[in-house]
Amino acid sequence: MDHAKYRVKQLSIFAENKPGMIAAMAKVMRDNDVNILGFSIAEGAGYGVIRVIVDKPDIAHDMLKKAGFVVKFTDVLAVEMADRPGGLYDLTDMLSRAGVNIEYGYGYRNEPCAVLIIRVEDVDAGIEKILAHGARLLDKDHFQGSCTKRP
Amino acid sequence: MACWNPDIEMMSKKDLDDLQLGLLKDLVRKNYERSPFYRQKMLNNNVRPEDIRTLDDVVKLPFMSKKDLRDNYPDRLFTASKREIVRYHASSGTTGKPTIVGYTRNDIEMWSESLGRALRSAGLGADDVVQVANTYGLFTGGLGFHYAAEKIGAAVVPASTGNTERQIQMIEDLGVTAMAATPSYLIYVGEVAEKIGYDLRNSTLRTGLLGAEPWSDKMRDRIQNWLGVKGINCFGASELSGPLWSECEDQCGIHLWRDIALVEIIDPETGERLGPGERGELVITMLQKEAFPIIRYRMGDITMIENDKCSCGRDHPRMMRITGRVDDMLIIRGINVFPSQVEHCLHTNPEVGNEFQIIVERRGALDDMMVKVELKPEAFTDNILELNALRERISSRLRSSLNVGAKIELVPPGSLPRFEGKAKRVVDRREI
Repeated sequence: MDHAKYRVKQLSIFAENKPGMIAAMAKVMRDNDVNILGFSIAEGAGYGVIRVIVDKPDIAHDMLKKAGFVVKFTDVLAVEMADRPGGLYDLTDMLSRAGVNIEYGYGYRNEPCAVLIIRVEDVDAGIEKILAHGARLLDKDHFQGSCTKRP
Repeated sequence: MACWNPDIEMMSKKDLDDLQLGLLKDLVRKNYERSPFYRQKMLNNNVRPEDIRTLDDVVKLPFMSKKDLRDNYPDRLFTASKREIVRYHASSGTTGKPTIVGYTRNDIEMWSESLGRALRSAGLGADDVVQVANTYGLFTGGLGFHYAAEKIGAAVVPASTGNTERQIQMIEDLGVTAMAATPSYLIYVGEVAEKIGYDLRNSTLRTGLLGAEPWSDKMRDRIQNWLGVKGINCFGASELSGPLWSECEDQCGIHLWRDIALVEIIDPETGERLGPGERGELVITMLQKEAFPIIRYRMGDITMIENDKCSCGRDHPRMMRITGRVDDMLIIRGINVFPSQVEHCLHTNPEVGNEFQIIVERRGALDDMMVKVELKPEAFTDNILELNALRERISSRLRSSLNVGAKIELVPPGSLPRFEGKAKRVVDRREI
């Protein structure tokens, strides 16, 4: 099985917990014509971790680093879920039956389906279990398809 | 005015001069003979015992510093045999290495004599019940006040620190009249009392024997007006024995007994002696210590000495409020903390970068220390639980190294201020 195509490159950014940090991150994205597709923030003590999925992860990574951010790639999975009441229940109930534990996740609406981005401990095992239970994973080209390099 | 040892406490200036000069000559001669360290220091300074003919000749003697104490850890400065030593105490160290102080039976006796006189001058005596809410153990506060209060015939409640509701219960049940504590702890006791609906003003508690941390007249006013407790300023240091001196009832400076110590104020830059009323670094020579001699020891505290007779009639010099430190030492909840010690401990964690910042605040009555630590880029993980675990690990390591709790905040590399000159790593927001 080609696991690699389901590994979505998420950027994890270590940021100081103070006003202006997200704007500073977003400005780097804007200035480099990077589009943010999914996004969440987690708070720690004195710091936050910003997690983003973008269309051009390599460019975003390099530019953020250049701007002084501590940033690293984390592989996450994008699972489709039905865009209707019960959609999240159906999907997470299935994941629980498949024995997939979600470390963290965030969702967004994406016509015609909604998407749940999840981080699991063992990504390849997660991919297999999810597919074996009949759910659909978006492959990474969906987000980061044609142009990971600046033309 | 109550006295414990009126012969010395009320001695005339002239007689005190003679007494002190005799003790100084003895001290120098003894240490020249017994202490290889001190003899070498004197030889390096070209001074011999016979050069000490007047009290002013003390300036010919070499200084001792914390570094001398650390370099000779644990007991190389001791001038008494192991058999003669009856107790050890230790201070917290700047590099993880504490200073050990040994005591002969006579040293313990002089220590409690000195503080006993002080407590008596503050109005305490055999009718009093003194609750010692300083830490017992290696720290000198607990046992120091314990022995002194017993010496003057007071009853002692060896409460040590913490368990505040129990402390309040003891005040009520035993009719405690005085409490030895850090000023901030006494305020905390007041806050807890208020919370549980107990009015300290209506209790038997009248005197606070307060020290071990910087405090101000403003804080004293608050303690006196709000709690109805008279705040007596106390002073000492573990190198010297422990808590040794306090103010008298008139509260106008700490009486430094001249048979116990010879006190000077120097310009911390040039080392030159300053006069009465001039502010500078406190230098202390302990005149009667046997196990661990302290001669012209630079305390690092900035203060001044007044030599005029106190309103209580005592002619011993009085030390005014300490207004700062020569080094960058912080006192957090009565514990000495050097930023260099924090730095040393932080760098034992491979995940931690070079810069850090210590932020001290007073929350309610108690000091709160927070250390912002830069995480190395390679130590960053997307897993918040791992980052939290790292934070906990650093925090507990720091706690065991400093003996005082510190919160840790992880911050990205490069986010803390950089300095071209001397780094200013401490932000002290306490109002005392």
